[in-house]
Amino acid sequence: MTGMTQFVEVFDGTQWFPACTYAHLVPGRGVAVLGPGGEQIALFRDRAGQLYAIDNRDPFSGAHVLSRGILGSRGDTPTLASPMYKQVFDLRDGRCLDEDTAPDGTPARLRVWPARTGDHSVSRPAARDVRKA
Amino acid sequence: MTHRPTPGRRPRPTKDLVLVGHGMVGQRFLETLTDQPGADEWRITVLAEEPRPAYDRVHLTSWFSGTSAEQLSLTPPGFLAEHGIELRLADPATALDRAARTVTTASGDTLRYDALVLATGSYPFVPPVPGHDAPGCHVYRTIEDLEAIRADAAGARTGAVVGGGLLGLEAAGALTALDLTTHVVEFAPRLMALQVDDGGGRLLRRKIEELGVTVHTAAGTQSLTTGEDGRVRAMLLSDGRELETDLVVFAAGVRPRDQLARDSGLAVGERGGIVVDQHCRTGDPHVLAIGECALAADGRVYGLVAPGYAMADTAARLLAGEPGGRTVFTGADTSTKLKLLGVDVASFGDAHGTADGALDVLYSDSRSGVYKKLVIGSGGHLLGGVLVGDTDSYATLRPLALSGKPLTTPPEHLVLPAGAGPAGPPALADDATVCSCHNITQGRIRAAVRDEGCASVPEVKKCTRAGTGCGSCVPLLAALVTEELEATGAGVDRGLCEHFTHSRAELYEIIRVTGITSFSALVDGHGSGEGCDICKPVVASVLASLGNGHILEGEQAALQDTNDHFLANLQRNGSYSVVPRIPGGEISPADLITIGEVARDFGLYTKITGGQRIDLFGAAVDQLPLIWRRLVDAGFESGHAYGKSLRTVKSCVGESWCRYGVQDSVGLAIELELRYRGLRSPHKLKSAVSGCARECAEAQSKDFGIIATSTGWNLYVGGNGGMTPRHADLLAADLDREALVRTIDRFLMFYIRTADRLERTSVWLERIEGGLEHVRAVVLDDSLGICSELDALMEHHVAAYRDEWAAVLDDPERMRRFVSFANAPGTPDPAVTFVSERGQIRPARPGENGRALTAALVAGPRLEVRTA
Ligand code: SRM
Ligand SMILES: Cc1cc2nc3c(=O)[nH]c(=O)nc-3n(C[C@H](O)[C@H](O)[C@H](O)COP(=O)(O)OP(=O)(O)OC[C@H]3O[C@@H](n4cnc5c(N)ncnc54)[C@H](O)[C@@H]3O)c2cc1C
Ligand code: SF4
Ligand code: FES
Repeated sequence: MTGMTQFVEVFDGTQWFPACTYAHLVPGRGVAVLGPGGEQIALFRDRAGQLYAIDNRDPFSGAHVLSRGILGSRGDTPTLASPMYKQVFDLRDGRCLDEDTAPDGTPARLRVWPARTGDHSVSRPAARDVRKA
Repeated sequence: MTHRPTPGRRPRPTKDLVLVGHGMVGQRFLETLTDQPGADEWRITVLAEEPRPAYDRVHLTSWFSGTSAEQLSLTPPGFLAEHGIELRLADPATALDRAARTVTTASGDTLRYDALVLATGSYPFVPPVPGHDAPGCHVYRTIEDLEAIRADAAGARTGAVVGGGLLGLEAAGALTALDLTTHVVEFAPRLMALQVDDGGGRLLRRKIEELGVTVHTAAGTQSLTTGEDGRVRAMLLSDGRELETDLVVFAAGVRPRDQLARDSGLAVGERGGIVVDQHCRTGDPHVLAIGECALAADGRVYGLVAPGYAMADTAARLLAGEPGGRTVFTGADTSTKLKLLGVDVASFGDAHGTADGALDVLYSDSRSGVYKKLVIGSGGHLLGGVLVGDTDSYATLRPLALSGKPLTTPPEHLVLPAGAGPAGPPALADDATVCSCHNITQGRIRAAVRDEGCASVPEVKKCTRAGTGCGSCVPLLAALVTEELEATGAGVDRGLCEHFTHSRAELYEIIRVTGITSFSALVDGHGSGEGCDICKPVVASVLASLGNGHILEGEQAALQDTNDHFLANLQRNGSYSVVPRIPGGEISPADLITIGEVARDFGLYTKITGGQRIDLFGAAVDQLPLIWRRLVDAGFESGHAYGKSLRTVKSCVGESWCRYGVQDSVGLAIELELRYRGLRSPHKLKSAVSGCARECAEAQSKDFGIIATSTGWNLYVGGNGGMTPRHADLLAADLDREALVRTIDRFLMFYIRTADRLERTSVWLERIEGGLEHVRAVVLDDSLGICSELDALMEHHVAAYRDEWAAVLDDPERMRRFVSFANAPGTPDPAVTFVSERGQIRPARPGENGRALTAALVAGPRLEVRTA
C-alpha cells in the first residue's frame, strides 16, 4: 500500500467522520461501523464504486446485521437484502421494497447517511434524505 | 318490498317468465339465462318467500363466525335492475293454475306466465315425535333459523342435534361454537352414513368426540319432554336413555318442496320431488323445475348445489332457445369435500363400492387420524373413494374417478401420504370435469391458458369461473395451469430471478462449459443487472461445486449467503453458532472434553443436535476465529452446518457392538462423511448408515441412506425428513463397498448437475423426467455416457478438499472480515445480549434486560453464567 490511504467518510448530521478505509469494502458486500454517537451504520460499495451508508439494524428481526446482507438490484434500484429474513431495501432512501411496516408497527424505512471517499466526492443520497433522517 | 326494474335499452320483452324461489339455484338460473343472447324476449318476475335476495346457503354456518347476511348474498348489486328483473321478496307463490297459466302470491296478486320455473328447494324434515314443535326446537336452513338458534342458545347450556349427516355435524359445530355442551343423535350406526363407510365413520367419530361432542349412533329420538315453562327439557332416546337438553336442532334430512306442483296435478316422485325430464321440463311444457325440488331424469333428488347449478343451466339454455336442446341434465356427481368441525372429509364417485367386482385399496393410520379408501373397478379404473383426515388428494382423485379411464399409477400410490406419490397432475381426458361446482372441464381450463392468454391461476379463475365455488379443485387447477403454461412454451418462468432467465441447472452448464469463475463475468455476459440474494448464492454454490477454491476467496466472498459468509449459522439476535464435524457421530472422550472446554471458556450454549453432533451457540462474529483456533488446533474441522453441502452421515452403533448388526455401520458412515464433506450442492445433503434392517440410523429418511445386508449394502436415495417427509427409494441392492461408493459419487454429481436451486434430492427425484428409473440408468448403466465425467468431478472434490476454517485462520485477509465493526475491531455488537436459562445463556427477548458481551470476553476468558 502507498502512504496515501483513502478513507470512506460518513456525514452524521453535524460532521464528516472517517468510517473505514476504502480498501476495506469488498464490492457487493458491506461492513458495520460505529458512529461518533454510538450509532451502528452499515457501509457498502457496489461494483461501480458507489458508496452507501444505511442503518445496520434490521427492522424485521431487531438484530444489527444489515451490513452482512447481499447487494443487488431490482430493475434500476440498487438494493440490499437482509441476511435474516431476506426483506429487500432500496439502498438510496432505505425504503423496504417488500413490506411497508415492521412487526413493531413502525414504517419499514431505514435511516441513510451521506457517504464519500476521502477525496471528498460526495455521493448520494441527496440532502432531502438527510433532513428526514 | 319490491325491486322495480329500471327501463333499459333492451328490446321490449314479449313473454312472461315467473321464477318461484330465489335460492341458490334460482339465482344461478337468472345469471345463466341473462347471459344468453335469446334471453331478451323474457320479462322476468321472481317470487321469493324469504325476506332477502338469494344468498349462499352452503356457507350458512359462517354466519355464526361473523359473516354477515350481506356478505353471504349471491345477488350482485345492480344485477336485477340491469336485467329488468322484478323481485318480490317475502311474497311466496301460494297456488298454481296451469290451465289459466297463472300463479297466485301470498299478497293476493295473480301473475300470468308463458314459462314457470319452480326452484323452491327443500324444507328440513322434522320427525313427528311428541314435543317436536316445543319452544327450543329448531331447524337449520335459513338465516332466520340461525338467528333463532343464537337467541335461544344464550340461555342454554346443552344442545342436541338430531341427525349425524353433513348438516347435523355442521349444526353440531355451530352449537359447540356457541359454547353449548353438544350431543349428536344419529339413527344410522355411523356418522355421515351417506358419504363415508364404516372405517371412515369410526375415525370421524373419534375425531369429533375429541372435540368434546358426544355422539350417539344407532339411536332414534323417541320424544321430547318439556319443562313447566313449556320449553324443551330433555330428549328420550329409542334405547331408553334420557338426554337432558335445553335446545334441539333437527337436521335429519330435507324433503323437496313440491306442494305447488302436487296441488296442481303435476307428477311427483314416490318420496317427493317434481318429476322432470332431461331438459328439466315437467309434464306441462310451460312448467320447469330445478334444484332440490326436482326429481331428475335419473330418478334422483339432488341435495347438493352443483347438480342444482347444472339443472339451472339446462333450463336457462332451453328457455333462451338454444337450438336442439343440446344442454341436458341426466344426473350428476355427488362427490363432496367438507371441513366438519375441523375434520376434513371427502367422498367421491362410487364411495361404497357397489359396482360388481369392485375392490378396495385402504390406507389407514389411526395415529395421525388419516383414513383413505379407494374403490377400484374390475377393469383397474378408479370408481370412487372416501378420505377422512387428509383430503389433499381429492382434487386429483375425483376427476380420475369420473373419467373412467384405467389408472396409470398403482392405486396404492394414490393413497399414500403426501410426498410418497408421484407429482404433477394425473392424466385426464379433456372432457373430464375438474371443477364440478361450475362444471368446468380440463379442456376448458387448458384452452383458457393456451388460447385466451390466461397466465396464472387467478386469471383462469376469472375467465372460466373454475375454482370459485367450494375451492376444492384449486390444487388440480394450479397443476394444470402450470403444465399448460409449460407446454405453450410461453413458459412458466423457469429463470432464477430477474437477473437470469436460466435455471440453476443451465447456469451450472454455462459455468462448467465456459469455465467462468466470477459472478461479474457471468452476469455481464449471460444475465442483467447487479444480481440479488437469489442468484448470487446459487452462483456461489455452483462455483464451489465445480472446485473454485475457498468460498471466501476474492469476489466469491461477496456472493455467499447469510451463513456461508461467516462460515457459521446466524442466530436470531445476530450472534452465530459453531458446529464442528463429528463424522458418523463417533467422538472420543478427549474430543468431548475439548468441545466442553471451548464452550465453557467462551460461555456458549451447547446442545446435542438432531444430526448426532454438538452445536455451540451465542458466539459474536469477533469470537468465531478465536473459537475455531482452539477447535482446529485440537483436530476439529468445519461441520458445514452453514452450507448447502453435506451435513452429517449419521450412524447406528452397528456390528461392533450391537447384537443384531451385520456390518460396520460406523466405519462406513465415517468414510462417507469424510469423502463428501464440503461438497457444495443445490440444497443440503444428509446421509445415514444402519447396521441392519432395524434401521436405528433412519437411513431411509436421508438423501442417500445405506442399510447393511449380510452380503453388502443397500443404497436408498431421495429420502427426506423436514417439511415434506419422503421415504427413500432403493436405488441398488447388495453393493460391495467399492460399487457403493462409486454409485453414490455419481448419484450426487448427477444431482448437483441437474437439480434446481434449493431442491432436495427427494423433490428432484420426483420431478426429473423418468424418475428413479432414469437416475438408475444414468448412474449404474451410464445411459448418458457421462459417468467418467461425474467420477472425475468427484475425484477432484475429494482431492481438493481443505478445511474451510483452517484455511481462514491461515489467511489474515480473510480473517479481517470477522469483526463486528470495521472501525472498532474486537468490540462486539452491544445490541447482542443474553440472559441465562437452565444454567446456560440464551438470547435476551425484547424487554428483557440482558447482558452484552464485553470486549474482554472476546479475548477468550470464561463467561460467568449467572443462574440467579
Ligand atoms: C441444529 C439443528 C436442530 C437441533 O438442535 O438439533 C438444526 C437447526 C437448523 N435447521 Fe434443521 N437442524 C438440525 C437437524 C435437522 C434434521 C434432522 C437430521 O438431520 O437428521 C432435519 C430433518 C431431516 C432432513 O433435513 O431431511 C432438519 C430439517 C431442516 C429443514 C427442512 C429441510 C427440508 O427438506 O424440508 C430446514 C430448512 C431448510 O433447509 O430449508 C432446516 C434448517 C435449519 C436451520 C439451518 C435454520 C436456519 O436457516 O437457521 C437451523 C440452523 C442451525 C444452526 O443455527 O446451527 N432444517 N434439520 C440440527 C442440526 C443437525 C446438524 O448437526 O447439522
Ligand atoms: C347449512 C347447510 C350447509 C350446506 N352445505 C352444502 C355443501 O357443503 N355442499 C353442497 O353442495 N350443498 C350444501 N348444502 C345444500 C345447498 O344449500 C342446497 O343444495 C342449495 O341451496 C339448493 O338450492 P335451491 O335453490 O334448490 O334451494 P334453496 O337454496 O333452498 O332455495 C329455495 C328457495 O325457494 C324459496 N321458496 C320455497 N317455496 C317457495 C314458494 N312457494 N314461493 C317462493 N319462494 C319459495 C325458499 O324460501 C328458498 O329461498 C347445504 C345446505 C345447508 C342448509
Ligand atoms: S440398526 Fe440394527 S445394527 Fe444398528 S443399532 Fe439398530 S438394531 Fe443394531
Ligand atoms: S369444484 Fe368447487 S370450485 Fe371447483
